[in-house]
Amino acid sequence: MRANEGTSSVTGPHASRRAALCALVLIAACARSETTVGLITKSNTNPFFVKMREGAEVTAKELGLELRTFSGRYDGDNDTQVQAIENLIAVGATAILITANDPQAIVPAVQRAREAGVLVIAIDTPLDPMDAADATIATDNFKAGELIGRWAAATLGERTADARIAMLNLNPNAITVDVARDQGFLRGFGIEIHDPNVVGDETDPRIVGHDVTQGAEEGGRRAMENLLQRDPSINVVYTVNEPSAAGAFEALKAVGREHAVTIVSVDGGCAGVADVRDGVIGATAMQFPVQMAVLGVRAAAEWSRTGAMPEPSPGLAFYDTGVELITDRPAGGIPVTSSTDGLTKCWG
Amino acid sequence: MLELIHRFFHRNPTAAPGIVLLVAVAIFSAVAGDRFFQPFNLSLVLQQVTIIGLLGVAQTLIILTAGIDLSVGAIMVLASVVMGRLAVDFGWPPAAAVALGLAVGAACGTVNGVIVTRLRLPPFIVTLGTWNVFLALNLWYSRSQTIRSQDIESAAPLLQWTGRSMELLGARVTVGSLLMVLLFGVAWYALNWSAWGKHVYATGDNPQAAQLVGIRTNRVLLSVYAVGGVICAVAGWALIGRIGSVSPQAGLTANLDSITAVVIGGTSLFGGRGSVVGTLIGALIVGILRNGLALTGVDVLWQEFAVGLLIIIAVALDQWIRRI
Amino acid sequence: MTGNRQSASPPMLEAHGLVKRFGRVTALDGADFELYPGEVLAVIGDNGAGKSTLIKVLSGALVPDEGEVRFGGEPVSFRSPIEARLAGIETVYQDLALSPALDIVENLFLGRERRARGILGTVFRRLDRVGMHREAGERMSELGLLTVTDLSQSVETLSGGQRQGVAVARAAVFGSRVIIMDEPTAALGVSETNRVLELIRTVRDRGTPIVLVSHNMPQVWEIADRIHVHRLGRRVAVIRPGTHSMTDGVAIMTGAMGPGERH
Repeated sequence: MRANEGTSSVTGPHASRRAALCALVLIAACARSETTVGLITKSNTNPFFVKMREGAEVTAKELGLELRTFSGRYDGDNDTQVQAIENLIAVGATAILITANDPQAIVPAVQRAREAGVLVIAIDTPLDPMDAADATIATDNFKAGELIGRWAAATLGERTADARIAMLNLNPNAITVDVARDQGFLRGFGIEIHDPNVVGDETDPRIVGHDVTQGAEEGGRRAMENLLQRDPSINVVYTVNEPSAAGAFEALKAVGREHAVTIVSVDGGCAGVADVRDGVIGATAMQFPVQMAVLGVRAAAEWSRTGAMPEPSPGLAFYDTGVELITDRPAGGIPVTSSTDGLTKCWG
Repeated sequence: MLELIHRFFHRNPTAAPGIVLLVAVAIFSAVAGDRFFQPFNLSLVLQQVTIIGLLGVAQTLIILTAGIDLSVGAIMVLASVVMGRLAVDFGWPPAAAVALGLAVGAACGTVNGVIVTRLRLPPFIVTLGTWNVFLALNLWYSRSQTIRSQDIESAAPLLQWTGRSMELLGARVTVGSLLMVLLFGVAWYALNWSAWGKHVYATGDNPQAAQLVGIRTNRVLLSVYAVGGVICAVAGWALIGRIGSVSPQAGLTANLDSITAVVIGGTSLFGGRGSVVGTLIGALIVGILRNGLALTGVDVLWQEFAVGLLIIIAVALDQWIRRI
Repeated sequence: MTGNRQSASPPMLEAHGLVKRFGRVTALDGADFELYPGEVLAVIGDNGAGKSTLIKVLSGALVPDEGEVRFGGEPVSFRSPIEARLAGIETVYQDLALSPALDIVENLFLGRERRARGILGTVFRRLDRVGMHREAGERMSELGLLTVTDLSQSVETLSGGQRQGVAVARAAVFGSRVIIMDEPTAALGVSETNRVLELIRTVRDRGTPIVLVSHNMPQVWEIADRIHVHRLGRRVAVIRPGTHSMTDGVAIMTGAMGPGERH
């Protein structure tokens, strides 16, 4: 059994509920010396989550924890993730690390897990509201967007005043990550954002329009094509992730505008960094999914041993795993990492 | 008057989606003007529907037999991954890689067909299962890695051949789009001018009657799934041409999109009725809708809404037409 | 056994000593059967008498446990309806076995489509749609089915009697030697029934004998040349409409009267 003292989320009633749970679950499970940590990712097709899972597996093995992994069947699949949480509660997991497909809809299941005494850490995608999880370990997506926005403005220099900007978002659901990056980019570029929780409410005439890509190449290509039809003089493209950026590039190449347009993105996958090297993407904000998973597993182990909760970064409500700007064309005095160096740190 | 209209549509069921298409084009031409109704944009729409159109050919054949195939997208991506890995990672001659990709498509389709005919399980259930199996194979074989467009360009440009385009009266037409139109033509011919095509319709319409006149319905079903698999692999090749890269994450909504095109095109999910031309029109309607709404700056939410509404209208219209 | 022989010619289709068991139920218990050229033979019997089993054996849908079937004088054993059809025994099933979504021509030629001549037919496997359409039109009018004017309308738009006509035409068109019809007028109204009966006469007069399974006594008495009465798994009598009344027929069928009696 593990100790449950002195922390904010595990108090008296929880301890007795935990005992009750043990009585219901097999004695063997309670007496198990191995702690179980669950990792629930959005999907298992996106390399981002594949690498996250691999990182978690390595750390779990190091620390002698049992790791059980689950994933949604597709981006946006909430139901499978809810079932996974229930599964993990039933087997008496110590902690759950989750990248939520639907940060709002998953909250009731998360509450149930916490009431059952399970530590829940949101990874990569904060829940909505953020404090629905015990802790959050994520990229500051707003900062990531800001970084590439500032870089894009600095790169354009004087032409910033009459830039023609295309915004390629994720999907109509407007999840937290999508919104944060979008709004961060606009703020970084110097465009006034109205409600930072809403995409598309800006009035700046430099924005040609928004379209969705489903975060993949096909969607990126189609969204870019349609926006180009609206305004063939687009010269800046914000993309929510690198696969959609690659698709957008194909569309630009098809009309011969690939050199006249600057594409920025977020992610830091190795394919995306290679695209930076090859001039497909101008600059990308690199995330550290493996870090998130590693830290999450370590935090779970720490909590199960000592009951200490993971600490957020100073001044923030979550632990920021950081971003780095990957580009070969430094601008605006922003600290950058070259693509060559980026290829050593990338994931995927 | 209503009687006349009803009779007309009963004779020419494909006219219904055809008229919807014309109306959609007319509306968007009025609202978005030159940006919409120009050769370049219209050919753009053709390119945008190429992948779904190709999958739609396969799906039409299968749905005509009162079946359905939920694994078409997965077969497409698996085939593209096979082509990419073999040509780029393992250095195979690109033509051989493409050929093997097509063979993998045929094999996957055959698996579907064999399970449906031998084990007599409903196609919905079978292809639901194989969808997951093919997806898993895809993730395993691709190791979840994307093969980048630039790498394919240097190692095996043949894989991107379907993306090559040519100028045609102000429009840009890609090889992939031409392939799609060609396959639609071949499918139309087979369904209307060959005995096999009649057998496909008969198998979907009344399988017991078909068997009683000597049609080997199991063979027909097997052929339909196998041919469908090859067409999905061709779609995989066209996918590489369109997005440039080989991505294990591609085609996630392709299954439902292909069924949408078939349904809007007037083919009945109960089998035995419909045309492959209808599917092409159905795909074009969705493409025109998305393109037109995007051009007029309408929020993306409404695109989804519009497609959903279209499906309901299409099915309701189809039911009314079928009423004798 | 009452009734005269049809003529001196041998039976077209005959069976002797047929036995068929389903578990503990014996559906056919030494049944005999003869069909002569140029006649309409009706098969009547109460429910459970075994007449549908008899028909299924003759049409190839069932294989008998004992007994033999002879067709055109030669012993045959059909293992499927297709084999029977290939030999020339066509069956018009009670539910017609038509494909509702396909049109009349397509249904007529279903499974036996004609290809175009030359390369178009062999290499491109192209159907001779025009030829099939023309032939269908000729055959249908031969049979007097002129009410169906547009052959490219789908079968589901036809009335019950017209569909029956298409099903019979399909059986008659391909040079079949025997046609078996199972309850052909069961679902039809009066005028349509008359048309079907006319059709049956026309087909018989063109030289194809017909086996007609029916519950409808007035119809049977109107159209049949001879009547095979089936009871308890065997043929108990062959009677003629001229010599026996409907009441006699029903009585023999139900066992109220012996086959040799007459009222």
